Amino acid sequence: MNIDELREHLCSTYPDLCPLFSVEYGDGMLMVDSSRLHEAASDLRDLGFDRLGMVTAVDTGDEFELVYRVQSREMHAGIFVKTRVARDVASIASVNDLWPAANWQEREVFDMFGIVFEGHPDLRRILLTDDWVGYPLRKDYEDERIIRRPDYI
Amino acid sequence: MAFVDDLGAALDKTPGGGIILTSLDAVMDWSRGKSLWMMPMGTACCAMELIAASFSRFDFDRHGSIPRPDPRHCDVMVVAGTITRKMAPAVKRLYEQMPDPKWVIAMGNCAVSGGIFYYDTYSVIRGVDEFLPVDVYISGCPPRPEALQDAILRLREQVATDSIVPGRDRQLNTILPTPGSPRKGDSAAADGDDS
Amino acid sequence: MTEQTIVNIGPSHPSTHGVCRVIVTLDGETVVHAEPVIGHLHRGIEKMAENRTYLQVVPLTDRLDYVGSMYANWAYCRSVERLAGIRVPERAEYIRVIVCELQRIASHMMGIGSTGADTGATSAFMYTFAQRDHVVELFEALCGARLTYNYVRPGGVSMDLPDGWVEQCRAFTAQHPPVMMEIDRLLFGNVIARARLKGVGVLTPEDAVGWGTSGPVARGSGVDWDLRRDDPYSVYPRFDFQIPLGEIGDCYDRARVRLWECVESCKIINQALDQIEPGSVHAEGLPRLLAPRPGDAYDHIESARGSLGVYLVSDGSPRPYRMKVRSPAFCNLAVLPLLAEGHTLSDLIVIIGSLDPVFGEVDR
Repeated sequence: MNIDELREHLCSTYPDLCPLFSVEYGDGMLMVDSSRLHEAASDLRDLGFDRLGMVTAVDTGDEFELVYRVQSREMHAGIFVKTRVARDVASIASVNDLWPAANWQEREVFDMFGIVFEGHPDLRRILLTDDWVGYPLRKDYEDERIIRRPDYI
Repeated sequence: MAFVDDLGAALDKTPGGGIILTSLDAVMDWSRGKSLWMMPMGTACCAMELIAASFSRFDFDRHGSIPRPDPRHCDVMVVAGTITRKMAPAVKRLYEQMPDPKWVIAMGNCAVSGGIFYYDTYSVIRGVDEFLPVDVYISGCPPRPEALQDAILRLREQVATDSIVPGRDRQLNTILPTPGSPRKGDSAAADGDDS
Repeated sequence: MTEQTIVNIGPSHPSTHGVCRVIVTLDGETVVHAEPVIGHLHRGIEKMAENRTYLQVVPLTDRLDYVGSMYANWAYCRSVERLAGIRVPERAEYIRVIVCELQRIASHMMGIGSTGADTGATSAFMYTFAQRDHVVELFEALCGARLTYNYVRPGGVSMDLPDGWVEQCRAFTAQHPPVMMEIDRLLFGNVIARARLKGVGVLTPEDAVGWGTSGPVARGSGVDWDLRRDDPYSVYPRFDFQIPLGEIGDCYDRARVRLWECVESCKIINQALDQIEPGSVHAEGLPRLLAPRPGDAYDHIESARGSLGVYLVSDGSPRPYRMKVRSPAFCNLAVLPLLAEGHTLSDLIVIIGSLDPVFGEVDR
């Protein structure tokens, strides 16, 4: 399967999302609803995307954008799967059962953003201490120990 | 060091004991200064220079400064690298495990003041002197191995001013050599402290 | 089955290669479970980047993987260039390839040396660190720093090669492969090192892919995946080089792959030095303050530890809205519980060393 066939397949499977799927620099982007994330991820894995490169999140203000990057060694392609979750009920299905690589990466996202991954076997803080208060990479994170850098660019 | 401390205190009170004390101090300081074993508390980038310092090119063993991973064998703790809030309790505990007398070298900007990680970060301790008494600071990000070599030699000068009488040494400890001050080896009165 | 003992290793332990803490559950001397506890060097670089301009982030990336600073520089700069649409002059691309292959040698010298030290052969460290110091001196001549270079910048590199540098570099690449052969005989030909390394910590290819490992850890298991060839970037398609692969994925294979990669890196450097032509080393007409279009960009390169990626989100301001570093060492370290199970405590140390983690990059 090459990248064009892949695009056709994904566009037919997710018709409402077709315009969001673009292949640029060999990287595709697929925007899915948070309830369909696990389904889409499992679909991609069956299509030959055997590596989970990255799981991260971006705080866009009112909600979190979760970014997954899956890679296929066979097709020499990488696809971003993006989804959005609400800020007050930040929770999403874990993809740990598809790629074990998600184990630590989802723990890191939980540690930094406080997004709960349902079905994760061991969701604890990974980089910060267990008694840390707050989620540092959220834009509204407050900590009196931070000294803001003077603005002199 | 309890026995040496008692001996020093007793000698200090004894009439005429000062002469013995001076000679004892000289012997003790000479022997301490020539074998400052390092506790390599390397956490980040500076640890690479600390490793490079003890291997083939720079060869610190010739100064008698052998890196020993066990804190109970060490005289000087070289804090090389960024200390975070998660790491600080471990550093403090290792320092407490070292036997007296002990010294601390803060190697690199992160250990001195937080360095590049001073602003905007939530997890870095801004300088190891927030919880440890530091004797020598080395600037640089990271400092060259030669800078660490210089710090060891400076520390040796400081060790040479120590006394075994309890209380007296801490007072002397705070007198650090000013930057650019002449070395012991530079003056005519070389007292055998050269390496 | 005897009573289980829990042993804490670290966070300051000479054989964990940094500030890693491992909580090991032992049955006698056999590891039942090893749980790495990381984050002792978490400095919040991703948060700091949100309050710096794009150029001011480059020195922060130096401190990520401090054994191979050039890689993080380059991965970040590629990401910025993709985001802002900057074209890099060809000479700058060649210089980047040369310094990054030199960096691979410097980094692997550390990895191979510590493999030797873990198995009780400290003399290997003496040989490898002498080689590493040659590379570090080349870098010092290039940009004035021994470890944190801040050399690769968005749009090119900070300065051109100094006079006589090419000759020094050629002299190094000529003397390096024979030393590698010597280390091969000295360390990997040694019966003790072979006994300690062979068959220890076997990572199957399926696990290597599933757990997201990359670099020498994955290639040691026979996973034929190298971004320099499979997702070619920069001027790598113009070079002829082999990708060394391991057979069964034990500690011996991983260390051996690193050794051969150094030899291949010398080949790439020689070809690049032959092909490089005079020219500009920095893109012309760049604004002093980069403010790319709103959007996101991701780019990755093959670092000494695996595929190192940087994901950047811009909101149109001169500061990144979000920077995420996809750290290969983080993913590689995650397989430690898998590898350590069933081996002895002394083998655990060898396994950690063979994964070659750098905690600046694991914890960020």
